[in-house]
Amino acid sequence: MSVSAVKERLIAALGSDYVHDSHEMRLVYSYDATPGMQAMPDLVVMPGSTEEVQAIVRICNETKTPIVARGSGTNLSGGTCPVEAGVVLTFQRMNQIVELDEENLTLTVQPGVITQEIIEYVEAKELFYPPDPSSMKISTIGGNISENSGGLRGLKYGVTRDYVLGLTAVLANGEVIKTGGKLAKDVAGYDLTRLLVGSEGTLGIITEAILKLIPLPETKQTVLAIYEDIDKAAQSVSAIIANKIIPTTMEFLDQATIKVVEDYAHVGLPTDAGAVLLIEQDGAPEVVARDMEAITKLCTEMGATSVKRAGSEEEANALRSARRAALSACARLKPTTILEDATVPRSKIAEMVRAINEITAKYQLDICTFGHAGDGNLHPTFLTDARNKAEMHRVEQAFEEIFAKAIELGGTITGEHGVGAMKAPYLEWKIGESGIQVMRAIKTALDPNNILNPGKLFFEKKEVVS
Amino acid sequence: MTREAVKEKERTAIQKAFQESLDEDELMNCMRCGFCLPACPTYLETKSEAASPRGRIALMKAVYDGKMLPDDDVQAQLDLCLGCRACEPVCPSGVKYGHLLEQARGAVTRNKKQSLKEKAVRRLAFKDLFPNKKRMRQVSGLIRLYQKSGLQKLAEGTGAIKLLPEGMRNMQHILPPVVSARLMKHRPEQLKHVVPHYQVSVSKGQRQYDLQAATVEQEHMASTQASSPVKRVAFFAGCLMDTMFLTTNDATMKLLQMAGCDVVNPQTQACCGALHGHSGELAGARDLAKRNIQAFEDLQVDAIVTNAGGCGAFLVDYDHLLKDEPEWAERAKAFVEKIKDISVVLLESGFLDKVQLSLPSQKVTFQDSCHLRNVMKTSEAPRTLLKAIEGVEYHELKEAGVCCGSAGIYNLLQEEMANQLIDRKMRHVQAIQPQTIVTANPGCLLQMKLGITRAGLEDQMQAVHLADFLLEAAEAGRGS
Repeated sequence: MSVSAVKERLIAALGSDYVHDSHEMRLVYSYDATPGMQAMPDLVVMPGSTEEVQAIVRICNETKTPIVARGSGTNLSGGTCPVEAGVVLTFQRMNQIVELDEENLTLTVQPGVITQEIIEYVEAKELFYPPDPSSMKISTIGGNISENSGGLRGLKYGVTRDYVLGLTAVLANGEVIKTGGKLAKDVAGYDLTRLLVGSEGTLGIITEAILKLIPLPETKQTVLAIYEDIDKAAQSVSAIIANKIIPTTMEFLDQATIKVVEDYAHVGLPTDAGAVLLIEQDGAPEVVARDMEAITKLCTEMGATSVKRAGSEEEANALRSARRAALSACARLKPTTILEDATVPRSKIAEMVRAINEITAKYQLDICTFGHAGDGNLHPTFLTDARNKAEMHRVEQAFEEIFAKAIELGGTITGEHGVGAMKAPYLEWKIGESGIQVMRAIKTALDPNNILNPGKLFFEKKEVVS
Repeated sequence: MTREAVKEKERTAIQKAFQESLDEDELMNCMRCGFCLPACPTYLETKSEAASPRGRIALMKAVYDGKMLPDDDVQAQLDLCLGCRACEPVCPSGVKYGHLLEQARGAVTRNKKQSLKEKAVRRLAFKDLFPNKKRMRQVSGLIRLYQKSGLQKLAEGTGAIKLLPEGMRNMQHILPPVVSARLMKHRPEQLKHVVPHYQVSVSKGQRQYDLQAATVEQEHMASTQASSPVKRVAFFAGCLMDTMFLTTNDATMKLLQMAGCDVVNPQTQACCGALHGHSGELAGARDLAKRNIQAFEDLQVDAIVTNAGGCGAFLVDYDHLLKDEPEWAERAKAFVEKIKDISVVLLESGFLDKVQLSLPSQKVTFQDSCHLRNVMKTSEAPRTLLKAIEGVEYHELKEAGVCCGSAGIYNLLQEEMANQLIDRKMRHVQAIQPQTIVTANPGCLLQMKLGITRAGLEDQMQAVHLADFLLEAAEAGRGS
């Protein structure tokens, strides 16, 4: 069926205000935050309810039109880029916090709510929603759930998956499925909630979510440990965890990252340091004090030149915000920043950092490395220029080696950014052929026409017809 | 040629101008992280990616790359941008969006066939009116005549006012009373610093900085004896400020004198050129920039003081404006380094130690001037001054850094969005219910007055310029 016929049907379902096909609108929904990824959709639709999402999906399924669900477009793996054209479905009209249930400690939300809005809303009631991806000021909860986003607090509190109790989703056939509920326990059949979380919009379109909340920790302390070289910082991370301390946050920045971040944020980071660790602990005051004392001692023993405590919550917040800006700040040096989030077991973090530096030197590249050291999740970010084809090729080669190394160390190709289109060729490296078969079987069962975010997760070798 | 063909030709010409004048590196520097989205007023209102800085840069880049023509939608989106530049301080990559916007608007302006009406308005505003002080005085004089002769009352009373379009109708209602042409014409050129002639009472109960009182007194003694000024500064008067808002300019100079500054007000200075620049009239802006650099460069001053964020932000960008003219680039740089807002210069000169500020007890809030905050990077100084006034209970306004919708002449051209933004602003104001909203730029001041009128709050609150408010506080403080 032609695009204009699909458009007419969508207009009949949603009204003409919420179906767009202007060149302008198609262009601004042709990208996300992934470097070098851009593909034009045919249409942009803005549903206002689960029922409207159903109507859209039915039309698309009948006409075999691809649908890409999109929040704020902060995705870093090309997950929200409409690589096979079709319809981009946005959630700016479905952006309400539906219900706070203080008896069950749950929050029911629509997918278009901004993550930070959720965090601020519940914290005002002394409750806590821990997942805090760096893009939380912009990202939507629907996007976080679909990507199973991590964040700075993942070390102690886990990731988005650990805070999703139930979902309402529209399947490819237009049917609505409700999974889980306001339940602490629920083993009725397969855990479809967990299947949908992190499925990158390929199995269903999430239209409502029940989130788990926990009590807001009483206090929090923040320190900045400064090192002359990267190795000692990485060793400190392993030492802290080996000593059975799980800090809320343990973020790592290498010298190149410290410099760009300080250039942007002016928060007083030591630009001559080889690396810093931003470490936070929260909880009861006596526990926090005890842990921080032990952490400070361990860092010093491991060779930190100083361990400074943030004097106020404002100062701590400035440090956290500065860390969250790290990736974008890298673009101050060179226009194209290509980052990955290979993840290794925590004990291997020092080895991984060394390998990254060796690979970088081998391919003569500029790199900024930062990330969630406590999670074994680093973001090596190559600084390059998309216009320099030769260098772009070396970047690709370097990343392949980094992926290989991560897997060799028992790690994964992506810790929190998702496979999307960018890492689809490498998924098999991690999960093997049998893993791919299982995933494909699930995909085919739920979306036989392959209309939900096609071109993601699975790598299709294009046949060359000469 | 058909109409469509003419349009097509025009769009191709605009695209070519994009390719010639847009900074490719700057376009590439946007890595599309989206950190700018929550800072953009038009995105906050529309939630549309197209109305965000990231979206607008993507559109500019698509035109630049030849992927799309600058069609009506693209042009409308460039027009909808307020140019408030709130996206710049929040951009970790340091993309200079304001420059890209100006380049893109310039490319459109130079190649778009303007309607006769638009041509006439542009000619009037950019060639005949703003660059010409005499004409500015004449127009202001007409407004004064309108206000003084009873015509305004008559127009409002008889309903004849309704014949004007809404934007103009609102404007005429909120314009400040204009002073006489004689006063506008005879401006002071040199002003000496003054010594505050009141004694600071150490025992005064409510004084916030009792600890400093002794030093204040010592300094007062010292300054009575010393005849040299703390600073020698030049005053950038501005075209609108020096006519329509002349009393605010007088207040600004008085405050500088009280802070111990000698003030020079060179009469050869011109309009800053911001209105030209923001509307894509870059050649006109460059001429004015050169006139101003010449007017100020030999004065041997420590600072050039502005009291309008909109002007200041354009003045600090002269080095960028003239970067391609080698004989001017260095001179522009020297000029730019001296530009400072009145609030910053007052604090640097020790104003708070010299002058006691006091007003009847009231709740006060501050609406940032976007360009003062985002381009001149001045946001704390005005707040510090306000908080130092005895009797002022300062409340921070939610989204104080979000544009009020004034944005130069935006509120006349994009009335719908401007009204949405001022109404949003007034909802936050209502949450505080201040007696006074302080601003730091004439456009913001008028827009806040408009907001108060639209919300029907004229009886409950006023909007004032920081300089007028501080002078009132200084004079009241002197009397106490």
